[in-house]
Amino acid sequence: MNRLAAAAAMSLAFAAFAADEPEFRLVIENHKFTPEKVEVPAGKKVKLVIENRDSTPEEFESSSLKREKVIPGKSTGTVFIGPLKPGEYKFVGEFNEKTAKGVVVAK
Amino acid sequence: MFGTALIVFREVLEAALIVGIVAAATRGIGGRARFIGFGLLIGLVGSGVVAGMAEAISGLAQGMGQELFNAMVLGLAVAMLAWHNIWMSVHGRELAQNAQALGTQVRTGARELSVVMMVVALAVLREGSETVLFLFGIAATGNTSPASMVAGGVLGLAGGAAVGYLLFAGLLRVPIKWFFTATSALVLLLAAGLASQAARFLIQADVIPSLAAPLWDTSRVVSNESAMGSLLHGLVGYDAQPAGMQVAFFIVVLAAILVGMTWVRSRNST
Repeated sequence: MNRLAAAAAMSLAFAAFAADEPEFRLVIENHKFTPEKVEVPAGKKVKLVIENRDSTPEEFESSSLKREKVIPGKSTGTVFIGPLKPGEYKFVGEFNEKTAKGVVVAK
Repeated sequence: MFGTALIVFREVLEAALIVGIVAAATRGIGGRARFIGFGLLIGLVGSGVVAGMAEAISGLAQGMGQELFNAMVLGLAVAMLAWHNIWMSVHGRELAQNAQALGTQVRTGARELSVVMMVVALAVLREGSETVLFLFGIAATGNTSPASMVAGGVLGLAGGAAVGYLLFAGLLRVPIKWFFTATSALVLLLAAGLASQAARFLIQADVIPSLAAPLWDTSRVVSNESAMGSLLHGLVGYDAQPAGMQVAFFIVVLAAILVGMTWVRSRNST
């Protein structure tokens, strides 16, 4: 029984990691996001891979996406978002809010 | 300068609210100021350490180290606040009676105070490490003069601390008869709110499903960015568009602490 439960848990965990979400890349450079508009499929979990090319840390933050993640300088971070309803979801780089802005559009 | 101040203020606010509440909630326990002071100190030092290790932490657990670390810090804080409230459900009356009679302080409670110290340290650590990273970023870009950065930082810190102090001072005006009921209700909601934040990080790390996201949307009534929204977020973990799992965490923690309080009280009265 225990072994069965463990096997079930493991396969569940595996399924969670193995599921391949569509992947989208964002680059932070000179405290700006490129692209500033990311179109993603609605109703699906999506993987955002954010590369920070600046030497300073940035915090990817979006209250509508409910995400906040610090991306240290010269490094890459992953943020899973969704499943989203169709619509626009703004995000900012909290440490440089004036320049680092963007929007996720779920269709 | 004001941009810096605003961001620092936002980070400090949440920690300040927590410190304000637990400082009030431990009223009447001898030596609490020292323990809270130590908690602040540990939190500040820890902030620097965590900020310095940000890159290493981020790289853990397949890039999800930061989320898991945040969830862990929040989880610990929830456990400590739960312990505090359950302890208070037995000792609150004694504290209230003492305060009423002589204004004396209860000598017992070293363990309770260590718990409070940890809550303060964890709250400061979590918000503080982000503030350090942010300030480091500004300093490194060199667009802002050091003087302006320091001024902004101090202004934001002072603003956040002021709100925390106002909450503390306001709570102390609550009549002693209701005092510990009021603080215990606040701590209860605070703990549940932090649990819902922990859930958010676990969802972000893809460890648990979000379950109906969002469960509701009240961003038109009170948005997360508004002053009211930030304040409610700090106090009860308000979220205008919460995921179902966040609400589930909130309810489960709230219920668990209430059950614990009732159980301990009934065991002590018989």
